[in-house]
Amino acid sequence: MAGNLKSIQRKGSEIAEKRGTEESPVVKWTLISLAVLFAVLFLLLPLLNVFYQAFHSGLQVYLDSLRDADSKSAIILTLKVAAVTVPLNVIFGLAAAWAIAKFDFRGKSLLNTLIDLPFSISPVVAGAMYILVYGVHGYFGPFLMKHDIRVIFSTPGIILVTVFTTFPFVARELIPIMQSTGTEQEQAALTLGAGGFRTFWQVTLPSVKWGIIYGVILCNARAMGEFGAVSVVSANVAGETQTIPLRIDSLYLESKTAAAFALASILAVLALISMAIKTYFEWKTEREEALAQMVVEEPS
Amino acid sequence: MSIELKNVSKVFGQVAAVRNVSFSVKDGELVALLGPSGGGKTTVLRMIAGLEVPTSGDILIRGQRVNDIRVQNRNIGFVFQNYALFKTMNVFKNIAFGLKVKKWKKPDIEERVQSLLELLDLKGMEKRFPHQLSGGQRQRVAIARALAPKPSVLLLDEPFGAVDAKIRQELREWLVHLHDDFNVTTLFVTHDQEEAMEVSNRIVIFSKGNLEQIGSPREVYEQPSNEFVARFIGVMNVLEAMVEGGIARVNELEFPTPDLKNGEKIKIGFRPYAVQISTDLALYRYRGVLRHTFFLGILLRLELELPSGQILRSRITKEEYAILGLKDGMEISCQIKQFRILSTENATLTAEITPNLPAPLPLGEGI
Repeated sequence: MAGNLKSIQRKGSEIAEKRGTEESPVVKWTLISLAVLFAVLFLLLPLLNVFYQAFHSGLQVYLDSLRDADSKSAIILTLKVAAVTVPLNVIFGLAAAWAIAKFDFRGKSLLNTLIDLPFSISPVVAGAMYILVYGVHGYFGPFLMKHDIRVIFSTPGIILVTVFTTFPFVARELIPIMQSTGTEQEQAALTLGAGGFRTFWQVTLPSVKWGIIYGVILCNARAMGEFGAVSVVSANVAGETQTIPLRIDSLYLESKTAAAFALASILAVLALISMAIKTYFEWKTEREEALAQMVVEEPS
Repeated sequence: MSIELKNVSKVFGQVAAVRNVSFSVKDGELVALLGPSGGGKTTVLRMIAGLEVPTSGDILIRGQRVNDIRVQNRNIGFVFQNYALFKTMNVFKNIAFGLKVKKWKKPDIEERVQSLLELLDLKGMEKRFPHQLSGGQRQRVAIARALAPKPSVLLLDEPFGAVDAKIRQELREWLVHLHDDFNVTTLFVTHDQEEAMEVSNRIVIFSKGNLEQIGSPREVYEQPSNEFVARFIGVMNVLEAMVEGGIARVNELEFPTPDLKNGEKIKIGFRPYAVQISTDLALYRYRGVLRHTFFLGILLRLELELPSGQILRSRITKEEYAILGLKDGMEISCQIKQFRILSTENATLTAEITPNLPAPLPLGEGI
């Protein structure tokens, strides 16, 4: 009796919840299973496999392959590249976002489009472009040779192409934030007597703080993981011009699978941490926005 | 003179936002800049603040020409339409910002902020962030922040635009009280004529970048200088009429205009209170039907329809309505006791005309 009643109630509430625009359950569940299947097959399994392969031959092998001198030097070079690229990207991103969001000038939309260029150009082409400019036979080649400066096949070249490929990250994060904030807070600071310097540090920067952090995370992940562009301008010399992705590639070609996946697992962990932080910030901003929507009771 | 504008113009690209505006505001006055949107009133306010630079003309604050003085050094308080509170700072830090800039000592800042919090009924809100406040509270924080560094002039851009009607009324009263307490010269921009009439000592009316009139609320209501002002301030019946034999006619309505030529087309304007109504159908000249009654509170607005279909708007008090025993759909008689000839816009208006008409019955007569 009671069970019967419950099932009737459930049925009733299901009917009440169904909206006119809803698809039939068959379509709904087919689509959901398809999406989940693809995600598991193409994203999750390969990722898990990285860790499986890395630890497959035991923890000792894993640690040894990370202690290898060439792998160590790859990690250090990668950190160096990121350490130079990320701050440059922040400075450029702030300047570009400020210019696009707060000023009107000729060629603004061109600049806006140009920022996205690295997203649409293949990284290999980006690398080739730099060889054409800084390589031995490039425009600046003779000049650089004369002054004994090596750009291509050396660290500066790797940094240059990484800067290129990560160009849009911080700017793309900041532009919408700055556009929506407008300039009123800065104007308010001015009417209160504040100068440009104080206004920037105390008003502008704090209001785009999350955007910067978010942009830095994405930029950093990309800077460390870039392969195509770097492989073109790096001579791929183990222990000298190999970054982590290049090192993984050459280890794999040498059939040192465990070592390759050990290094790969470091990049994968980095990616996972980035994703986690990103999700946390998204959740945080969402919550803040929800909070802002709430009308607080006026005290009587 | 606290603020003086001399022939100030502002051109944005091809558009003249403000044209040759001159007016002055006395020390301690509370002045409304009123006009429809796009009238140039906000631009005038921003020029006084120094957020916009005038294309030509001079702006003086306390006798000093400030055209070349930067916003930071003008010693003004500015309240933005959307408050522009610093969203990463709490209420206390928002209000203290201007004081820190001016290098006040810590205990002095503490004291000043606390007294403002008390005055603006924001006690206990110090630690809250702007997004945790209601619209009215945000507005008061914005006012407190602007007042904190003791500005010589307080400028408010559409200060009550973004809050709901009830809070709006409260804030209007706040503004008047604050003005009384601080006695700081205050200018505020509004497009709401009622708000301007209620709050300010004087009103400056703008339209399309031109200053149309400046005067006390009573002056601009009773002696509008042109048709724009007459129509913008308060409700007005405006009819287009043709003069024939010294009489302007609109349907069955006739207005004596002995000085005008035959065939001249004019506009006639009269306030709703000038339309007198009686249930005695023989008392007044025109017959009509009461189509609809709008309740405005103590006053009621009536929509009358004449046999020709001409609609007139009238206004009477609740008591009068009750005594006359009016109801929608009732037949009435009416007359227009005062009217104006509204010529073209910008032209100066002639005085109001009071034709010789029978006086209304005093209330309660015949009891």
